[in-house]
Amino acid sequence: MPAITETREQVEKLGQSSYKWGFETDIEMDVAPKGLNEDTIRLISARKEEPDWLLEWRLAAFRVWQTMTEPTWAKVTYPPIDYQDVHYYAAPRKKPGPKSLDEVDPELLRTYEKLGIPLHEQALLAGVEVPEGEEARLPVAVDAVFDSVSVATTFRKTLAEAGVIFCPISEAVRDHPDLVRKYLGSVVPAGDNFYAALNAAVFTDGSFVFIPKGVRCPMELSTYFRINARNTGQFERTLIVVEDGASVSYLEGCTAPMRDENQLHAAVVELVAMENASIKYSTVQNWYPGDENGLGGIYNFVTKRGACRGAKSKISWTQVETGSAITWKYPSCILQGEGSVGEFYSVAVTNNYQQADTGTKMIHIGKNTRSTIIAKTISAGHSDSTYRGLVRMLPKASNARNFTQCDSLLIGDRCGAHTVPYIENRNMSARIEHEATTSKISEDQMFYCRQRGLSQEDAVGLIVNGFCKDVLKELPMEFAVEAQKLLQISLEGSVG
Amino acid sequence: MSELLKISGLHASIDADGIPKEILRGVDLVVPPGEVHAIMGPNGCGKSTLSYVLAGREEYDVTAGSVSFMGQDLLAMEPEERAAAGLFLAFQAPVELPGVNNANFLRTAVNAVRRARGEPELDAVGFLKTVRAATKNLSMSDDMLKRNVNVGFSGGEKKRNEVLQMTMLQPKLAILDETDSGLDVDALRIVAEGVKNLRSPDFSALVITHHQRLLEYLGPDRIHVMVRGRIVRSGGPELAKQIDVEGYASFLTEAA
Ligand SMILES: Nc1ncnc2c1ncn2[C@@H]1O[C@H](COP(=O)(O)OP(=O)(O)O)[C@@H](O)[C@H]1O
Ligand SMILES: [Mg+2]
Repeated sequence: MPAITETREQVEKLGQSSYKWGFETDIEMDVAPKGLNEDTIRLISARKEEPDWLLEWRLAAFRVWQTMTEPTWAKVTYPPIDYQDVHYYAAPRKKPGPKSLDEVDPELLRTYEKLGIPLHEQALLAGVEVPEGEEARLPVAVDAVFDSVSVATTFRKTLAEAGVIFCPISEAVRDHPDLVRKYLGSVVPAGDNFYAALNAAVFTDGSFVFIPKGVRCPMELSTYFRINARNTGQFERTLIVVEDGASVSYLEGCTAPMRDENQLHAAVVELVAMENASIKYSTVQNWYPGDENGLGGIYNFVTKRGACRGAKSKISWTQVETGSAITWKYPSCILQGEGSVGEFYSVAVTNNYQQADTGTKMIHIGKNTRSTIIAKTISAGHSDSTYRGLVRMLPKASNARNFTQCDSLLIGDRCGAHTVPYIENRNMSARIEHEATTSKISEDQMFYCRQRGLSQEDAVGLIVNGFCKDVLKELPMEFAVEAQKLLQISLEGSVG
Repeated sequence: MSELLKISGLHASIDADGIPKEILRGVDLVVPPGEVHAIMGPNGCGKSTLSYVLAGREEYDVTAGSVSFMGQDLLAMEPEERAAAGLFLAFQAPVELPGVNNANFLRTAVNAVRRARGEPELDAVGFLKTVRAATKNLSMSDDMLKRNVNVGFSGGEKKRNEVLQMTMLQPKLAILDETDSGLDVDALRIVAEGVKNLRSPDFSALVITHHQRLLEYLGPDRIHVMVRGRIVRSGGPELAKQIDVEGYASFLTEAA
């Protein structure tokens, strides 16, 4: 049975209660009808009052997508997705949000609490209408994405004073059309791959960041993505452009409530770093992974790529992936500028029946380019995790360097971990180093910890956090703490 | 309560390639509160097995007998419950935990045990104060707190780290499994001091050792000799002296 069909009933129930169906109704139109054709795309574009060039770009992407087939090389299996059985547009409900945390789904709050998210941020994440002036106390600028449309943006003023643009991408299309037009699709072309093409055709929102020459972004930028409406594919598109000598640290975090259906997610993130620019992109991904029997969970097919265009530019990806039923994700760096640097620090945790195929691509084009890959894979339960990485040294990449370290940690004996490194070297002076280890949490270690009074869960948490230390230390502080707890929560029930 | 620990007719075996192999074959032993007892016995007689079974290692099957600890049925408890109840095992071979900071491990353990005992947790400052004092007493450098648990520690450092954990966790009963093996004279004295410092009416120790020297420092109340999975003789400190001179030969026949 196609994955999406399973939940038709539930969506229909929702539709009867709070959702108005279709664009034909004359009152509020929250959800586009299911299905994907040129009309859907025209509707999305019209709803967002987009310029013609963008509509044309979407349509071109759609035409390419129609000629493509889903990639099958990843080590993941799932029932066929019926792309005509998905809603491609969902605006937030116009009905007022909860007035206080008391009105919010307690399950959702429990997740936030376990993660140690501060109360005022919990309120924001849960869509509580924050009183005037309250948001100014947030520690980081948050552009919260609820479903497909950004509904809250803070700290705009401080950022504006520094000349930084941080806004929903649809707003950027309206207010900074030249910038968007110049860079959109310049790193991940519309027809790059099946999911990227789909995203280009139907993306509804995401963030846009522009840091002008010489500016160090005065605060860390954060977007909390949350999937809210049922059975709505999420097609975020994020574009970050950092000019000469400028820098930014961008945090993307996801905490999701329980969901009992499969949801399709195909985001695209494009990063552009000019001369001496630096971009640090950190992700904590915790989407609903499905239940302990492998039912439900998010399908996460993401294309993330950064272009180090200028000399001595640097792009650093750090990710902690604990969620989703299926993860298909390879944040990559194109190292074009001379002496540019690419980094990939990753922790991927799978438990129960989760499947992850993730890694990175480091494409060395310029001279003296350097890349570092540290990938930690943790598998528990019946899960399966694959690190898939490509290091490519092109003929002009003289003296380029790569160091790759892939470590797998197995918990129990029903899970799998695989390392698939692809190496292509077309320059004699380039150097590539690869190290890989596989280990298990031993009975000795568990017993030692428990003899000292630790519960099995605390013991696993401690050992796993130790295993991931080299990656976690790359995360900004507020994320590192959250990530540590997340690792432990994700592995609950994996031992004993 | 005249006994802190009471072991009666304890039999335990391990699965050796599908065949149960009996290692403990009827151990009887009583340790009253406030006393230090020693277990001596030839290699392979089951001393470490006894300490593992008492601490709750799951690989061993207890086939007969009972153990009460502070009046509770010890064998019914999870390893971490035993630790919270006040049982501590200094491992013969301490285990390495790569990437796990030693101070962090110690604080997590101390607070887990305090929580279980209904005591307030130590905050970072309180913990640091206590642990600094303890490391100083054991002539350990602060550097060892920053390293990963037992990773790259010398044999002596590992043993001292065990004693540090013991000091911090404040057990009612500490089982020390050959903590003195492989230590030089100075280290041995420091470890012995570590145990002696804990001596009180509320603290007992069961010291597994081959060496007379540690016992001279500790002044044990009783010596038990274990042979082939049984305690074959118990007596005063003079028993240790006898073993030091004569070895185990005379006890081996006793056990037959
Ligand atoms: N996991 C095991 N598998 C098989 N035999 C074991 C295992 N553990 C211990 N033994 C055996 O049990 C006996 C007692 O071992 P141990 O308790 O370590 O002795 P001791 O500490 O007194 O030297 C030895 O013969 C040893 O080989
Ligand atoms: Mg032994």
